[in-house]
Amino acid sequence: MIVTKALTKRYGEVEAVRAVDLDVREGDTYGLLGPNGSGKTTLVRMLLGLVYATSGEIEVMGRRMPRHAREVLQQIGALIEQPAAYPHMSARANLALFDAAGPHGLAGRRSRRQRIDEALEQVGLAGVGRRPVKAYSLGMRQRLGLAAALIRKPRLLILDEPGNGLDPRGIADLRELIIGLNETGVTVFLSSHLLAEVEQLCTTVGVLDSGRLVLQEDLAALCAPTGRVLLDTPDADRVCAMLDGQVEQRNGQRLLIRHADPAELNSRLVGAGLRVQAISPHHRTLEEIVLSVTGTGSDHIGRPS
Amino acid sequence: MIGVELVKLVRRPRTWISVILTCALPFVVAVFIAVTHLTPPPGQGSAFLSDVLQSGALYPAAALAMVLPVFLPVAAAFVAGDSIAGEATMGTLRYLLVRPVGRTRLLVAKLIAVTSYVLLLIIAVTVTAYATGVLLLGPSRAGAAAPSVGSGSITVPGVGAPTAGVSPGAGAVTSLSGTPLSLLQLAERTAGAIAFIAVSMLGVAAIALFLSTITSSALGAALGALAALVASEILVTLNAATVIQPYLPTRYWLAWIDFFREPIFWRNIDRGFAIQAVYVVVFLGAAWANFSTKDVTA
Repeated sequence: MIVTKALTKRYGEVEAVRAVDLDVREGDTYGLLGPNGSGKTTLVRMLLGLVYATSGEIEVMGRRMPRHAREVLQQIGALIEQPAAYPHMSARANLALFDAAGPHGLAGRRSRRQRIDEALEQVGLAGVGRRPVKAYSLGMRQRLGLAAALIRKPRLLILDEPGNGLDPRGIADLRELIIGLNETGVTVFLSSHLLAEVEQLCTTVGVLDSGRLVLQEDLAALCAPTGRVLLDTPDADRVCAMLDGQVEQRNGQRLLIRHADPAELNSRLVGAGLRVQAISPHHRTLEEIVLSVTGTGSDHIGRPS
Repeated sequence: MIGVELVKLVRRPRTWISVILTCALPFVVAVFIAVTHLTPPPGQGSAFLSDVLQSGALYPAAALAMVLPVFLPVAAAFVAGDSIAGEATMGTLRYLLVRPVGRTRLLVAKLIAVTSYVLLLIIAVTVTAYATGVLLLGPSRAGAAAPSVGSGSITVPGVGAPTAGVSPGAGAVTSLSGTPLSLLQLAERTAGAIAFIAVSMLGVAAIALFLSTITSSALGAALGALAALVASEILVTLNAATVIQPYLPTRYWLAWIDFFREPIFWRNIDRGFAIQAVYVVVFLGAAWANFSTKDVTA
């Protein structure tokens, strides 16, 4: 769906994006992670033809960008950083305007009202009325931005920081919406720095750090069991003695044990008369994975060493 | 996309407020003149104003002369300066471009919207001034003394002007050259003046539009274009700058007054059209070249 080869963007001396080979497959929900200033937005803007690459190639839906921008962009719904709308107009007027501005603006006229109603329904703004957008809350604007992205029924959604400005309820709604759309065959590419959002939503994860794509992997593979078992027990000392050499970490009653099968370990411990409070296979969290591959981010200014 | 830009123009309160304010100035002036019967002496004040008591039908020309130096260029510069930079600031520019609206297409739509706005403004001033003139200052008084142009210094005698068919008296206005003009002739000439002024304002708008693609500050773009005009005005009056004067954007701005001579004095009108066409082409070309290759990071 989206393939880039050695995609690079240089602003003067600064390389904002360096030799990125992105691979988003059809049907994916792809989460692009990375600290602030790691190049996420520049990358998204290059995919959409807003920013021109210094070198490298972009292919979206099998077509070169930005050369075929007109055909490709018609099938993409996008939310780029903050949503934007004409403040003195209502949500419906704004959606009608954006819809009419695109190609087939005239041809789409008949179905416009219905598509606007559907999009507003999808994002939970069905009863929004005629108030001008300047009276909207941040969350309502974000929902309106999503509606604008959905109005042409895109095959690919590119969402840059879609959770910005949403309250917990809004984030849950967004997650439900994205999962629902993905089930109907829409490929979703979203950038975020909210790890929890990506962890719950995405099938594939890419991590940018200082403009480089330092990781690109299926989430399931990344978070696969690590071959260790996490054990909570009041008899930690005795467990350590029994499993000498297999205990990798100890933190009070919590032990990290090198062992592939929690059920088998559990029955051994119980058989030896040791009490088990909780036992589970150990997974790395997305946070641990991301922190292990990224630097500090551009807004953390440490002391010069 | 063009329709969309026009809808945006029409639905913006700013459009109508600026039109109303621009029309208000000639109206207020007409009220004062009608009440006091005092007009500036010939050669002072803005063009035509000393003659409007002779014929209210000449008031549209007087009104255009009033709003031309400041009101029209300011309005044109602000709308054109806002066109790209304003969308960039609001964040709507990126959403229009990914809709997708081609960059050239967007620029053309903006240009058409700005042109429509300028025409709307000039025509509104003309129409309201005609109504005010006829209602407040009364129809023309036959046999009144030949008017003289306020700021123009060239007087062309109406040698051999075909004035047959014009019945002096009923509704006739005297041209700046002393010969009578029928209302139809006056309407034609006013239309010519409107076209000339509109093209002059497009010259300003083109500069502002170009600046609008460079900066994301709408105010900066508008003020930049106005600064260019002020500089041009200063150079136009500077004897030492005679060499470049024929190429300055404001050099022929007042040439539309020549439409009201008999016969029409085309030389400066033609030059005015030509120089504005060059400014429009050059700055729109620059705007296109810049905007179509630029990274949109706003």
